[in-house]
Amino acid sequence: MSYINLDLLAEWSYDPAPIHRGYTKKYLTVDLGKGDGAFSHTVSDVDDAMIETFTGGRGFGLKILWDHVTEQSRWDSPENALVISGGPICGITQYPGTGKTYSVFLSPLTDQTYNSNAGGYLGPYLKASGFDALAVAGKAPEDVVVYIDGDEGKIKIFKAETDNRNAYAVTENLHKHFSKDEYDQISISVMSAGRAAEHSWWGALNVSFYDPRRGLPRLKQAGRGGGGTVLRDKNILAIAVRKSGFTGKENNPADMSVLQKVGTKLHREIRQNDDVQCLMRTVGTAHLNLVMNDYDILPVNNFKFGRSEKIGAITPEAYKKYFTQGYADGCWHGCSMACAKAVDGFELRTGPDKGKKVTVDGPEYETAAAIGANIGIFDPLWTIEANYYADHYALDTISLGTGLAFVCECYELGLINKEHTGGLELNFGAAEDLMELIHRMMDGRDEFAAAVAKGIRQMKTIFSERYGADREVMERIGMEGQGIEVSQYRCQESVAQWGGYFLTLKGPQHDEAWVIFMDMVNKQLPTFEDKAEALFYFPNFRLWFSLVGVCKLPWNDVEPVDNQIRYKGIEAAKVPEHVENYLAIYEAVTGKPLSKEEMILQSEKMYNFERIFNFRMGKGTRAEHNIPDRALGPVFPDEWEVRKDYFEGRLAEAGIDGTGLTVEQKIEKLLAHRRVEWEKLVDAVYSRRGWDKNGVPTRETVERLGLDSAEVLKVMEPYWRTGKRA
Amino acid sequence: MKFLKAHLDKCIQCGACMSACSKAWAKEDSPELSRIRVEAVAGLTDITVCDQCGGCIAVCPTMALARDKNGVIQIDRKRCTSCLMCVEFCPKASMRFSPKIPSPFKCVACGICVPECPSGALQIIDTGKEA
Repeated sequence: MSYINLDLLAEWSYDPAPIHRGYTKKYLTVDLGKGDGAFSHTVSDVDDAMIETFTGGRGFGLKILWDHVTEQSRWDSPENALVISGGPICGITQYPGTGKTYSVFLSPLTDQTYNSNAGGYLGPYLKASGFDALAVAGKAPEDVVVYIDGDEGKIKIFKAETDNRNAYAVTENLHKHFSKDEYDQISISVMSAGRAAEHSWWGALNVSFYDPRRGLPRLKQAGRGGGGTVLRDKNILAIAVRKSGFTGKENNPADMSVLQKVGTKLHREIRQNDDVQCLMRTVGTAHLNLVMNDYDILPVNNFKFGRSEKIGAITPEAYKKYFTQGYADGCWHGCSMACAKAVDGFELRTGPDKGKKVTVDGPEYETAAAIGANIGIFDPLWTIEANYYADHYALDTISLGTGLAFVCECYELGLINKEHTGGLELNFGAAEDLMELIHRMMDGRDEFAAAVAKGIRQMKTIFSERYGADREVMERIGMEGQGIEVSQYRCQESVAQWGGYFLTLKGPQHDEAWVIFMDMVNKQLPTFEDKAEALFYFPNFRLWFSLVGVCKLPWNDVEPVDNQIRYKGIEAAKVPEHVENYLAIYEAVTGKPLSKEEMILQSEKMYNFERIFNFRMGKGTRAEHNIPDRALGPVFPDEWEVRKDYFEGRLAEAGIDGTGLTVEQKIEKLLAHRRVEWEKLVDAVYSRRGWDKNGVPTRETVERLGLDSAEVLKVMEPYWRTGKRA
Repeated sequence: MKFLKAHLDKCIQCGACMSACSKAWAKEDSPELSRIRVEAVAGLTDITVCDQCGGCIAVCPTMALARDKNGVIQIDRKRCTSCLMCVEFCPKASMRFSPKIPSPFKCVACGICVPECPSGALQIIDTGKEA
């Protein structure tokens, strides 16, 4: 058992502001100084104008971060703030998926803003402790724990000494330290990282909630973008919040009866439909492995292939036998979707905790595919073990998987070899050596492991400069955009999903738009205008979840049974009845009516504000919306050969005569054709979003959205004058 | 294990049980606040009341639902977060809620309704066995 010693360094008292209709109208800033131990705090007001423009959650995060940083700030600047905020709906208990917390920060991977969300109890407890948002800035001289006691109205900074800085150990210790008895651990939520986040740019944030049945804290991840790296760069071991006696009324909604009515309606849908729809209650999102394999979307061997004959090993049935059944696996109270599955009593076979029996959170689909099929491993037990250590060390499992897949392909192509890898043989499927590489990523002392842990964009530079690897090949196969590794859907046969991944604010994650079925399978987006419309609506609609603090999954991972009968095409994909639920909940919490058009407008403001923020940080132009060849189509003949008839058909469809051409030539022609299609998509999407050809929001767009503050105009006017940064 | 048994063939749908229950537990004479529900479905009696099966226990995220020494499912209101999952996941649809009361509520086999029933349709059964 590890230990943690906490010595009080600073303490302030405050009067917790009560929540009124979803807001406390206060936010807290904790500044850790510039390594000099000059700790300070500020409690600031949230006024109506801030709510009107930024709504909450990620919107508040962006606003507060904007105020902290300058154009010169980078991820490791002291002024970079990690801003945590749930949003007005965050913290109700009557509707599934309403405990989400967004973390906003400047990312080491993308050098621009990033936002990443997690379940767990942090956001709701923070608000119930009196704050709509918490910003931590500055850098402590040594490891600290930032503690907010919402019961006592205290903010404390502790010097933290521990023999284990990895996530499960830190979290378990702090839950015990700040609670009064075993059950009282439910009153605590901890945000931590892990040792890998001290050098890797894939550093994940782990957010906890206490599971009283299992008698231990569970971890959910805001994994993407390097938030954990920022946390550890500030020498924050953890942020902890205490709020006891949470009753479900704390959000003080305008109309509880509506929340009860709409919430029980969705509970009923989940109970009646989940077993025949998405199996979320039994397998969680890992049920997707099989579906994605069936449609050639499952990433296999660095996205080279979309299916595998080994799929039988990772089907929903295969995972179900490892997940404990019958538990209330919600990551916030009231989530009957219960997809936070866990593997209990898992005996670790490798690493520092070898032989220990642990509870592993997940794997969820992204993890199951990333550190599974994408690296050629079809062994749930290996994936579960890698999942445990990735969370424990604080490595984003998605970037880790896509990054390792890139490493494996580089290794198989001979771009890197055993001399470079520290003796590891890193072919696809090399389970033992890949696990060893993950362990070497914990402390980053191994040169190769440390290079890998900086992400694909850095790997391309390091591998070419240090090992002489062919940069051009790596640019074609490295699945990253804007510095972020692609999440686990193979998009090459869906033109709309090229945009869903690569025409995004923060790089290719699956947070903005997932339109592959709509486009590729159901053929509902035949024209570029149709695709652009989908890439306007869905990113904005889904962004709204991040403003108010709700989870995406209960939106469309369960549907009313008559959804596909009552609505057709893109309308069915919107799940209109559930959109109505959200509008009803928003009004029931805030007391303010909201139409579906106003909902999109709330999002569009933040979509464009975040875009403007990217321009402020020297990013954001069309050139930043890069897409690798592998995302557009096959790169090597083996990828073509495995679906030869299909690709021949696509070539003919493009009006290209393949007679007499070698496979390499056919690939070259298909990719050239798709590059042209990509540019057409970019034009259509930019136009629909109210941006110019360079991806710059036009003056008209900025004014229409009411974003034309003096600060914004200062950033944007040079672009409007010259078409590029002045 | 104790539970309230309803004999549908004897019920005359007078509502006396709901009145007694809501007055005792919610201090208000209101069928909406009663833990036993008597309805007419196509003219026939339908009584919904908890039979202490325990199906709700597993769905509660805070373990606010548990059996007492009599095998009766009780709600610990200090632990309940009013999420109402138990309401919709109750196999017998006998967990109830109202905006007037923060937590859901259910029959705890107290027996107050039994003597109020003019037709003898209600009975407290004690199996004498652990649930």
